[in-house]
Amino acid sequence: MLRLIGRRLALAVPGIVGVVVVSFLLNRALPGDPAAFFAGPAATREAVEEIRVKLGLDRSLPEQFALYVRDLLRGDLGTSLTTGQPVSRDLLARLPASLELTLAGLLLAVGVAVPLGVLAATRPGAWLDHLTRVVTTAGVSLPVFFTGLLLVYVFYYLLGWAPAPLGRLDAVSAPPPTVTGFLLVDAALAGDPETFRAALAHLVLPAVTLGLFAMAPIARMTRAAMLGVLGSDFVRTARASGLAPRTVLVTYALRNALLPVVTLLGMIFSFLLGANVLVEKVFAWPGVGSYALEALIASDYAPVQGFVLVMASLYVLLNLFIDVVYGLVDPRVRIEG
Amino acid sequence: MSRVVRHARHVVGENPVTGVAGGVFLALLVLAAVGPRVAPYDPLLTNTRHKLEAPSPAHWFGTDQVGRDLLSRVLVATRLDLGIALSAVALSFAAGALAGACAGFYGGWVDRIVTRVMDTIMAFPLFVLAMGIVAALGNTLANIVVATAVINLPFYARMARAEVNVRREAGFVDAARLTGNAPARVLAVHVFPNCLPPMMVQASLNLGWAILNAAGLSFIGLGVRPPTPEWGIMVAEGAAFIVSGEWWIALFPGLALMLAVFCFNLLGDGLRDLMDPRRRT
Repeated sequence: MLRLIGRRLALAVPGIVGVVVVSFLLNRALPGDPAAFFAGPAATREAVEEIRVKLGLDRSLPEQFALYVRDLLRGDLGTSLTTGQPVSRDLLARLPASLELTLAGLLLAVGVAVPLGVLAATRPGAWLDHLTRVVTTAGVSLPVFFTGLLLVYVFYYLLGWAPAPLGRLDAVSAPPPTVTGFLLVDAALAGDPETFRAALAHLVLPAVTLGLFAMAPIARMTRAAMLGVLGSDFVRTARASGLAPRTVLVTYALRNALLPVVTLLGMIFSFLLGANVLVEKVFAWPGVGSYALEALIASDYAPVQGFVLVMASLYVLLNLFIDVVYGLVDPRVRIEG
Repeated sequence: MSRVVRHARHVVGENPVTGVAGGVFLALLVLAAVGPRVAPYDPLLTNTRHKLEAPSPAHWFGTDQVGRDLLSRVLVATRLDLGIALSAVALSFAAGALAGACAGFYGGWVDRIVTRVMDTIMAFPLFVLAMGIVAALGNTLANIVVATAVINLPFYARMARAEVNVRREAGFVDAARLTGNAPARVLAVHVFPNCLPPMMVQASLNLGWAILNAAGLSFIGLGVRPPTPEWGIMVAEGAAFIVSGEWWIALFPGLALMLAVFCFNLLGDGLRDLMDPRRRT
C-alpha cells in the first residue's frame, strides 16, 4: 500500500511541474508592462526601470522562472494591489469558506445521486428511471449561476425560507472563534447552536445549487455502472446461490459499480471548483473565487494567478487522494501496483 | 445515401426527442441569422419611463432597469452566444484533431509532447484555467473564445489520438502506404477521415458545454461588455434585481441559455445513437 502511494506521488510530480510552468507563463503573458503597471501612471522612466530590476523583469526567462519557483517554495504568491496584503495570506483566509461550500455541495450530490442511480438501474424503464434521465439531462444543461438565482427567487423572495444571499452569516451575528475556518465545525466546537443554525441556513442554497450541478453526471454514471454490474456473471451467481437481494445489491453490485463513480469524482471536483466561482458571485460568498473575481475585474493579476495555482494544486492533490482511495476500494489495483 | 436517411428516420422515430432537438437547433440558427430583424425594438434603446416593467403585451419579456426591451435583447443575443460557442468548438476541434492525429500517427516524441501538454491542461480545474487565460491575455471577446477553445482541447486531442491509433496498423492503411503515399498523405487522406464521425459526435456534445462556459465567463464580467446583449451578462444584470422580485430580467436570458444547451445535449445524444447504436443508454 505504501509503495502504491509512493509511486502515485511520483506520478503527480509531472502534473505539479506542468501546473507551475503554465502559471508562470500566464504570469509572463500579462498584457502591458508589469513594471510600468506597478509604478503607476506618474512614475518616471528611472522609477519604472528600478521596479523592473526589483521585480527581476530585466533577466532572462529561465532566470525569472527560477526566481518564481523560489518565491513559490517560500509560499510567496506576490502582493494584491487591491487589498495590499500578501496573496497567500488572503487566499488562506478565504479558502475554508470555499472548501466548506464545495464539500457540502459534493456530499449533497453524492448522497442524492448514488441512491437515485442505483434505484434507476434496478428498475430500468420504470417512471423513476425516466425521471432520473430527465433530471440528469436537465442538470447538465442548467447554467449553475442561473439555478442559483432561481433558488434565491423562490426560497428567499417568494417563500422567505432562506436568508438573503449575502455571505456566510448575517452582518449582525458574530462568527465563532476560528479553529478550522469551517463555520459549521467552528460553531459546533464553540457549542453555539444559534450560529450553527445561521451558518447552515446560509449554506443550504449555495450548496444545493452546486449539488444540483454535480448530481447529474454522478447519477448517470452510477446508473450505467450498476446496469453493467447487475448483468454480470458474478451477480447472477450470487443471486442463484440464494443471497438476500439486499446483500447482492449493496455488497456485491454497488461496491463494484462505485469504482467508475470514484474515478468520476475527480472530474466532478474540477467542475465544482469552477462552478464555485459562479456560485460565490451569486451568493456573495466570501471565498477564494469571489476574491479572484474582484481582483480580475480590478486588473489586479497576482491574486488571479495565485488563485489558479492554488486551485490546480488542490485538484492535483485531490486526484492523488482519489487514487489512493481507489486502491482501498479495489484490491486489484494494489496487486498491480 | 438513402440508407443513411432511412437509418436517420428510424432513429428519430425511436427517439422523437432528437427530432425535436434538431428542430430547436434549426430555429436557433435561424434566429441567429435574422434576430436583429425580427426584434420588435432596438436592443440598446433605453427608455427610463418604462423601466423594470413586468412582461406585458407591449414587452413580452418585460423591460430591464433602463427600460430596454428584454425580448429584443434575448433575440439579438442569439447570434453572439452561438457565434462564441461555435467558433470556440471549431477552433478546438481543428487544433485538437491536428495535434491528436499527429500524436497517434507518428508516436515517439510528438506523442509524448502532445500527451504531456494535454495532461497539463487537464491538471487544472478547467473553468479556473479559462479565467487565468483571460486574465493573462486580456479581457476581450476574442480571448473568451481562445480560453474556451483551450480548455476543450484535451477532449478532442485525446479522442483523435485514440481513433488514429487503432487505425494506424489497419489493412487499408498498409495498402495506402505500400502504393507509395507519403506518411502525411496517408494520415490526412486515408486515416483521418475515418476518425471524423466519432469526433463530430464529441463536438456536438461539447457545444452545450462550450456555451455554458462562455456564458459563465461573461456572467462574471469577462469578455462581453455591457450594454452588448449576451445571455450570460444579461443574467448577471438581472441578478441584482432578483432579491427585490424583478424575476423577468434574469429569467428569460437564462431560459434561452438553458434551451440552447439542452438542445445541444439532446442532439449530441441523438447523433451518438445514430453513429454508434452500441453506446445507447
